[in-house]
Amino acid sequence: MSLNASLGLQLGSLDLDAHIAVADGEVVAVLGPNGAGKTTLLRCLAGLVAVDRGRIELDGDVLDDASSGAFVAAEARHVGVVFQDYLLFAHLSALENVAFGLRARGVGKAEARGRASDWLDRVGLTAHARYRPQALSGGQAQRVALARALVTQPRMLLLDEPLAALDVGTRGDVRRDLRKHLDSFGGATLVVTHDPVDAYALADRVIVLEAGHISQQGTLAEVTAQPRSRYVAELVGVNLIAGTLRAGVLQTDDGAAVVTAGDTPDGAALAVIRPQSISLYRNAPEGSPRNAWQCTVADLDQRSERVRVLLGGPLRLVAEITPAALAAIDVRPGDEVWATVKASEISTSAR
Amino acid sequence: MSAIYPGRSTRRRTRRGRSRPPVAAVLLASVAVLFFALPLLGIVIRAPWRSVWHIVNASEVRQAVWLSLKCSLTATSLSFVFGIPLAWVLARANFPGRGAVRALCTMSMVLPPVVGGVALFFSLGRKGLVGQYLYRWFGFMLPFTTWGVIVAQTFVAMPFLVLTVEAALRQFDPRLDDAARSLGGSPWYVFRRVTLPSIRPALIAGLVLCWARALGEFGATITFAGNYPGTTQTMPVITYLAIDTNPEQALVLSLLLIAISFAVLVGLRDRWLGTGANAGAASFGGAAS
Repeated sequence: MSLNASLGLQLGSLDLDAHIAVADGEVVAVLGPNGAGKTTLLRCLAGLVAVDRGRIELDGDVLDDASSGAFVAAEARHVGVVFQDYLLFAHLSALENVAFGLRARGVGKAEARGRASDWLDRVGLTAHARYRPQALSGGQAQRVALARALVTQPRMLLLDEPLAALDVGTRGDVRRDLRKHLDSFGGATLVVTHDPVDAYALADRVIVLEAGHISQQGTLAEVTAQPRSRYVAELVGVNLIAGTLRAGVLQTDDGAAVVTAGDTPDGAALAVIRPQSISLYRNAPEGSPRNAWQCTVADLDQRSERVRVLLGGPLRLVAEITPAALAAIDVRPGDEVWATVKASEISTSAR
Repeated sequence: MSAIYPGRSTRRRTRRGRSRPPVAAVLLASVAVLFFALPLLGIVIRAPWRSVWHIVNASEVRQAVWLSLKCSLTATSLSFVFGIPLAWVLARANFPGRGAVRALCTMSMVLPPVVGGVALFFSLGRKGLVGQYLYRWFGFMLPFTTWGVIVAQTFVAMPFLVLTVEAALRQFDPRLDDAARSLGGSPWYVFRRVTLPSIRPALIAGLVLCWARALGEFGATITFAGNYPGTTQTMPVITYLAIDTNPEQALVLSLLLIAISFAVLVGLRDRWLGTGANAGAASFGGAAS
């Protein structure tokens, strides 16, 4: 393992407590809502904040150890960081920005400029070498920030929301190029993002950080198949219902009952319902589907092929139906509606 | 316009949409403008333009100009060396009593300069709190020496640099320092290569304000350093003394000082005559000497 870190830090209302291991050449995405501690986690690894508890080891070297007091300062860590908003130095040209890390480490001016211009070439910005950061587009600034971090041959690379500042049009291209550069980087890489698409495109593995704690980790497919929190469920667009499972029936705190068909043992559990599995009826359905809840239509979100119907009531659900089905039941926000779902369509997992 | 502001407003507004100020305000403001303009005009009109060069070239004036430049530039350098770290500490470090420290270090801006001179005399004078040891141990005496002038000017002028730079450091994104450190820059390297260049406009403005204040310093200088031609007789001091004995010389020296102030004002016009927040750092005033 290249990076092996257990981080404990109390910072304001944030209580960070996470163990992270990243192999050489591996790219790990840190997903999480705002305020979850993603940036703080990166700052700990970069050496800009010391941990209160725990220890950070890179290739066997101790960078930070709360118990022994060992701490390697940021400037001595050789950890490359691409900051949110890129933080290019406005008084320096693109070339001088890239050369900065080499100059700071005592590389001579001519050699630093030569190596910096090689990197500008690699990110396709040779023509922009003399531009000031203000004159660069978002995508170009991101490339300069990446080149600036990589030119010093860091032992580990940390990226904080590297694509968040870009508009949708350029995002795809920049993301593809970023993937290419991450692939050719040999060290451990952590990418902080709040976009599952970025995580999917860039990372081999995903860590979900919520309120300072890791709530889930694995490949993105593993995480989305079994969302363990409301955040992940909303991220991947499924309904996530927390409750207590007893004899196949999940009882929520709000008094709703969800009949399931899985073999999850009794106790605290999560049920996952895909929005496409939910059917909506104007009147109480005949026969006896085992799951039928009377709900209120809270909102309608009409897309081209499908309509997402937000339901309120004892269960807050998102259902996805066809425009034809919507026309048939003819409901508007505020109307009562019955939602049904087959027990076999509901997957469960222990909490 | 009238569609949006019907009725009364139409009458009150000019075509450009700006409201016309009331007549009384315009009259009072005109008096204020005259109040500032007339004294300057008086000097310009009364100045003996034909003999300007002759007067400036007089040895005692040349001496005073040279001394003033030397002292004010040294005071500005001292303010830079000690004031920049002070501004950095005030902007970045979090310690109890920071407000009190800031008030203490910038008090000389509002203190009557003569009081500053008296305070320096009783602390750094030959029998002063610290001065007595300077004299006893090193034989070093500040009052009535050129170094006394420099100390008096630094005492009065440094706060202008400190407050301007502190304000700029507060606006500076400290994450830029983080970025520079993550690239291998030592704290000192980062300060020189990132922090200072990033606040360059404020730094220059602060230095110019500080220098102008040092150049014009009179009250603390004459109290602490006295009035010895060649060693402590600076331009403002000789100007004051010339009013009775040689009014033409006083006029010409005043003209020279006005020209310098005017150059500073023009040089800093973006900060001084600017609008809103940009003008803030330069908009504080100081007590006249």
